[in-house]
Amino acid sequence: MFETISNFVAAFLTLSIFSFLYKDNPFYKFAEALLVGVSMGYAIPLVYENVFMPYVYTPIFLNHKFIIILPALLGMLYMFRFSKNLGWLSRYPIVFGMAIIGMSIPMSLHSSVLVQMRSAMLPIDNINTALIFIGTVTILLYFFFSKAHKGVYGKVTNVGIWFMMIGFGASFGYTVMARVSLLIGRIQFLLGDWLGLIK
Amino acid sequence: MKRQIPLIIIITLGFMFVAHSFIPHKISTDFFDWYQDWVKAVSPFAVSLGIMSLFMVHGTKIKRKISNWQYSVITLAGLVFTAFAGFMWGTQSGTPYMWLFENVQMPMSATMFALLAFYIASAAYKAFRARSAEATVLLIAAIIVMLGQVPLGAMISKWIPESSTWILNVPNLAAKRAIMIGVGLGMTATSLKILLGIERTYLGGGD
Repeated sequence: MFETISNFVAAFLTLSIFSFLYKDNPFYKFAEALLVGVSMGYAIPLVYENVFMPYVYTPIFLNHKFIIILPALLGMLYMFRFSKNLGWLSRYPIVFGMAIIGMSIPMSLHSSVLVQMRSAMLPIDNINTALIFIGTVTILLYFFFSKAHKGVYGKVTNVGIWFMMIGFGASFGYTVMARVSLLIGRIQFLLGDWLGLIK
Repeated sequence: MKRQIPLIIIITLGFMFVAHSFIPHKISTDFFDWYQDWVKAVSPFAVSLGIMSLFMVHGTKIKRKISNWQYSVITLAGLVFTAFAGFMWGTQSGTPYMWLFENVQMPMSATMFALLAFYIASAAYKAFRARSAEATVLLIAAIIVMLGQVPLGAMISKWIPESSTWILNVPNLAAKRAIMIGVGLGMTATSLKILLGIERTYLGGGD
């Protein structure tokens, strides 16, 4: 009985969201509003249990590491974001959290640029490695905007566009398959778990 | 001074982190550990800022009876009830909190993403109608990759899964690699702009 009610609730909300395919309607708006609220409400106890308790409450009240009161007070300055006169105080926790970008400079250079360049600089011993090399170079040239894409240079960057289109097509195909598999999951739920039409 | 002091903090700490990446000394490691402890203690308050913001936006809509304000009541009720369930009965399996996740949140978010299957199909149709050579290449690559992922592709021809693998491993790899290099350079440039105080929009308006 309890499972039937649970399935009915899930099926009603699933159909409410699918109703958007017809047009925007009160059922969809209801489900959309509920999704926002429930998702946020779901995050609150998790943050409390996994972040607030181990990194704020336990160090201060159980381990007596009173120095942690300082970052807690710093975090409270976020609340001044809504104040017209004291809004500037909220900049302190923001900049404190953002300072980590100092580490992202060498990390992004290493992982996104140097590692990729090293992987691109392999011996060109077959047609595939040659194509990968040509594709990488022509796409990089396409994104070099200091020179007009005309003449021979324009033709070279055009090759880059074709490589990108194949890449975007592959990503598109992958995304479609992921979405379709989710759709199949929902249809299976409606026809199997809820209506019992398929086993 | 309301803008300068935060800028000094981010520039000082930021360059200390740049140094930390290159100098694996104990002082540097201790500094990083200290920062991690502190930043974790700061972070839950950022979530409370988000909750306050949500309450203020929807509270104002309800108070002023702005059109569709009834849905704001549902959003806030969903938030309060789910959070209450989590605090009251815990977050373990079998609790009302997990029931809400399994029968309300998860089905709705999965359906939201499933809806995109229809809109992606519509986008593909529009791309095909563009009738340009590039759009055709994109669509052919997409169709081969899609068919290559399902048994139907192999049933049509064994050439389809092989082509799908080739597209993913050769032209797609070249495109992803070049874009990744561009993204890496962009991230580095943006990070440097923030560290050098050129990019300041994150500080917000006002004095």
